[in-house]
Amino acid sequence: MRRSAPILQRIDWLTSGLMITFMALGLFNIASATSGAEAVDWFALDSKVGKQFIWVLIALGVAAITLIVEGEFFIRTTVIHYTVNVLLLLAVLVIGKTVGGAKSWFGFGSVSLQPSEFAKTGTALMLAWLLSRSDGKIRNAKVLVQSVLIVCIPAALIMLQPDAGTVLVFGGLIFAFYREGLSGNVLIAVFCALLILIATILTGASFFDYPLLGMQSSIGWLWMILTALGILIWQLVPGWVVPRNRKRVRRATIICLASTLVFSAGIHSSLEGVLKPHQKERIYVLFGMDVGNPDADYNIRHAKAAVSSGGLTGKGFLHGPMTAYGFVPEQETDFIFCTIGEEWGFAGSALTVFLYTLLLLRILVIAERQRSDFTRIYGYAVASILFMHFLINVGMVLGLAPVIGIPLPFVSAGGSSLVGFTLLVSILLRLDAERSYILR
Amino acid sequence: MNLKERQWIIGAVFLLISIIFIGRLAQLQLFSSELAQYAARLTQERELLEPARGLVFDRNGELFLDNKAGYDIFFTPRQCRIGGGMDTLALAQLIDLSPAEINKAIQKAEAYATYRPSTIRKQMPASEFAAIAGELWRFPGIQSRRRSIRTNKSGLASHLLGEYREVDRNDLQTNQDYKLGDYKGKSGLELQWETELKGQKGEKFHLVDVRNDYRQSAQEGELDFLPTPGTNLTLTLDMELQAYGERIMKGKRGSIVAIEPNSGEVLAMISAPSYGTDLLTGRKRGVHYDSLLHDPDKPLFNRTMRATYRPGSIFKMIQGLLALDQGVISTESRIACDRSIIGCHGPHTYDNLGGAIVHSCNPFFHEVMRRMIQPRKSTSVFEEARHELSGWTTAVRRFGLGTNLGGNFPGLRSGSVPDTTLYDKFYGAKRWAYSTIYSISIGEGELLTTPLHMANLAAILANRGHYRTPHVIKSIGEAGKPRGLDSLMNSRVSPELFAPIIYAMNAVTESTEGTAPLAQVPGFKVCGKTGTVQDSEGNHSVFIAFAPAENPQIALSVYVENAGSGGDWAAPIASLMMEKYLTRNVEQSQKEKRILGATYPFPNAKK
Repeated sequence: MRRSAPILQRIDWLTSGLMITFMALGLFNIASATSGAEAVDWFALDSKVGKQFIWVLIALGVAAITLIVEGEFFIRTTVIHYTVNVLLLLAVLVIGKTVGGAKSWFGFGSVSLQPSEFAKTGTALMLAWLLSRSDGKIRNAKVLVQSVLIVCIPAALIMLQPDAGTVLVFGGLIFAFYREGLSGNVLIAVFCALLILIATILTGASFFDYPLLGMQSSIGWLWMILTALGILIWQLVPGWVVPRNRKRVRRATIICLASTLVFSAGIHSSLEGVLKPHQKERIYVLFGMDVGNPDADYNIRHAKAAVSSGGLTGKGFLHGPMTAYGFVPEQETDFIFCTIGEEWGFAGSALTVFLYTLLLLRILVIAERQRSDFTRIYGYAVASILFMHFLINVGMVLGLAPVIGIPLPFVSAGGSSLVGFTLLVSILLRLDAERSYILR
Repeated sequence: MNLKERQWIIGAVFLLISIIFIGRLAQLQLFSSELAQYAARLTQERELLEPARGLVFDRNGELFLDNKAGYDIFFTPRQCRIGGGMDTLALAQLIDLSPAEINKAIQKAEAYATYRPSTIRKQMPASEFAAIAGELWRFPGIQSRRRSIRTNKSGLASHLLGEYREVDRNDLQTNQDYKLGDYKGKSGLELQWETELKGQKGEKFHLVDVRNDYRQSAQEGELDFLPTPGTNLTLTLDMELQAYGERIMKGKRGSIVAIEPNSGEVLAMISAPSYGTDLLTGRKRGVHYDSLLHDPDKPLFNRTMRATYRPGSIFKMIQGLLALDQGVISTESRIACDRSIIGCHGPHTYDNLGGAIVHSCNPFFHEVMRRMIQPRKSTSVFEEARHELSGWTTAVRRFGLGTNLGGNFPGLRSGSVPDTTLYDKFYGAKRWAYSTIYSISIGEGELLTTPLHMANLAAILANRGHYRTPHVIKSIGEAGKPRGLDSLMNSRVSPELFAPIIYAMNAVTESTEGTAPLAQVPGFKVCGKTGTVQDSEGNHSVFIAFAPAENPQIALSVYVENAGSGGDWAAPIASLMMEKYLTRNVEQSQKEKRILGATYPFPNAKK
């Protein structure tokens, strides 16, 4: 294939097609969620759907430009790209405007931009750049520290806004790390940590009548059981482990137990001491606990009810009263999936989930077919970021994840995220288009 | 493990999450209805459509009870807050509430539900509403809804028609059909015929938004249905007669009950003093009710059914009929007017039955009753009186006295016809004889009866022995008179025996010696009987009558409390009523003027 072959012939049409499908899906559902079940004025610039329409055009423009720029340009400007993003994140903390308690936005008249949406692209590029240049990759401690730092700097700045949802998305890059050689034990440890976290929250919030001590949180039971488990493993070691490894396994057991207890205690005390009551309520609501405040689960109850009322085939476009009449909060942004659920039913929402999965898996395929390490690592970063958004956003609407406000990529209303994700994926498409003439 | 193989693990994680999501979607959308029902409850609101309440007409199609347009004003706290609050004082002024009232109403609304409308001003007449409707938009959270107001424009027959007002806690608990804020009949005919009058509510389902505003019809209106209007009632009352009766009773305490004798249809029921039903609708009800309740004339008291009086001399007709029936006297039997036993009046000395009725001779009827219950055939006067009285009681009750008259009038008091049980309880068994209880012979003592019973007695006399149970319903809707309303009852006194009584009753009004010349109606033969019932505050003036004698069209009782003798006041009132009904006109202007000018207290009542 000649280098000058038209770009349109070389881009991955499945990925770009899915991207455009999601944008169209977004437009329809934003229209439905914001028009109050009346006729939609698609091009009224003062309406949310009109604004989103403009943003779709801008995003397609950004995609077009990205696709005609040489891939080498993105690789060579990665450091600048990343640095600019970090500077913007710093700047927004100083001159940003506060919306909903978070200083995340640059305001330009009626248009607002959210630098954290673009920082994802910058971070993914930077991570790919570093890991593709380093020998020994991630198993080299120095490289590991450097790459963790690359992720943590923007994440920390975003935490200061504060925007916990986006920080969690950065956490998703662990999949890219894993693909590049991070020990599988880390994934298992993260999974265990999640289990411990849930157990801590559940036991910490339930109460038990102890003789002599009165009503106390039953967190003590959890700690006692964990300790007993540790001692049991310790006792089982002689029977199960060959003698030369016994000492090492016992040491590992102690370390695991100690870190588990410290972790659990840390979670418990921060839950009791650091989190604000409404945050605590959100977490308890997620686990179906009665927090004595009927409004605590208002959002999630209404979101689930909207999805549930869709039934098999949904109420039809513009006919979902829960979303059209304001019963679901943030229904055109973070809760856009409710509209899909209510108006298109199980058929529509399961199809949406399927298409998302298809997009994610397709990006994995794209990443794996690269000769260039840079593109592969970048591809994994893109897949990780999109996956985290999908996981948290849809999980939240379905009542499986806590209420954390992050957009559903390409679908939720909002210019920054739409353009940010388009840029993120377009760069991958461009790099992929060039894969055949990359030399290893 | 080769790092390249890790793509499968990552891919598997992605797939696993998708499968969990699709499973969860299936659970929510396909296998659970609870949340979907919750969504339906949130987004659909049932609007109840009020049916028009049945109208109430008189026997000639004149309207007694009507519905007029009114408006309720609602307040929704949340909408007010969203709209930026409002000037409550200005609103109070606009809808005619005091600052304290409006603050209380707003607090109540807040406590009830912030997102649902609460009524803050009920039943605003359309005329008042029209003046302020244009201003209401200034107040966010304020809405109005049309609601008909029950109205009794004539203000007549208030006691009988009864009250229509907001349901209370008890109504809500006992009947699921009523919702908070609904209205229902609470007394009188409004209560008795509530089921027929109220109709059936319609329902309209709306989709509402989160502010609870109606946005569009739910399910294309498939679930909606229109209200069924209530059934109209046609009463037997004659509105013109009722109006005239209330006019001439103005300023007096007492009652008039007029019955059409051959049908038992009640033509007029006047309890004086009266009040306009409309005083007791609307927001000032409390004030009006309180003043009516504490009025010494007791205007809320329905004297026609609830007041029990001693009948006095009008009872003598029953005594005479029973005596003839039992054969203790004949029409020609004469009895000396022995005023040493019991007081009497007038110049007569030795009357037969006819004379005794005309002169209202007390000793005559004292002796007649003695012959009935104390014939002195037994050795013990106590046993004899006790034995004979029970038969007498039963016979008297056949004239309707002491009964509920067929039960068509809820709240009607039965009154009392004393029996052996009563006297045994009062004096002890065998501790009483005729000499103890003789005052009942002239309609005094333990005898108690309501004006309705007295009018019914007049109807029995007019019918020569039988009566149809009195009633006020002529037709329910188009269906006619309900069955069982006008059962035929009989006094079991043979019709021939009535002739001398009726002759004498005619003489009461027409002979020179009669006690009630003022009862005459020009051109008609009137039969009547006066009563003058002793009372410490002045005698009650009583009269029962019917006319014309041969073909009675109207029978009535008139009872004027503390007015004087029966012939002075009750008789002319009866005369005016009969003339009004029989000729639709009143020519006796002198008589009318005298009656209209007389008000409680009557100066010569104690004579």
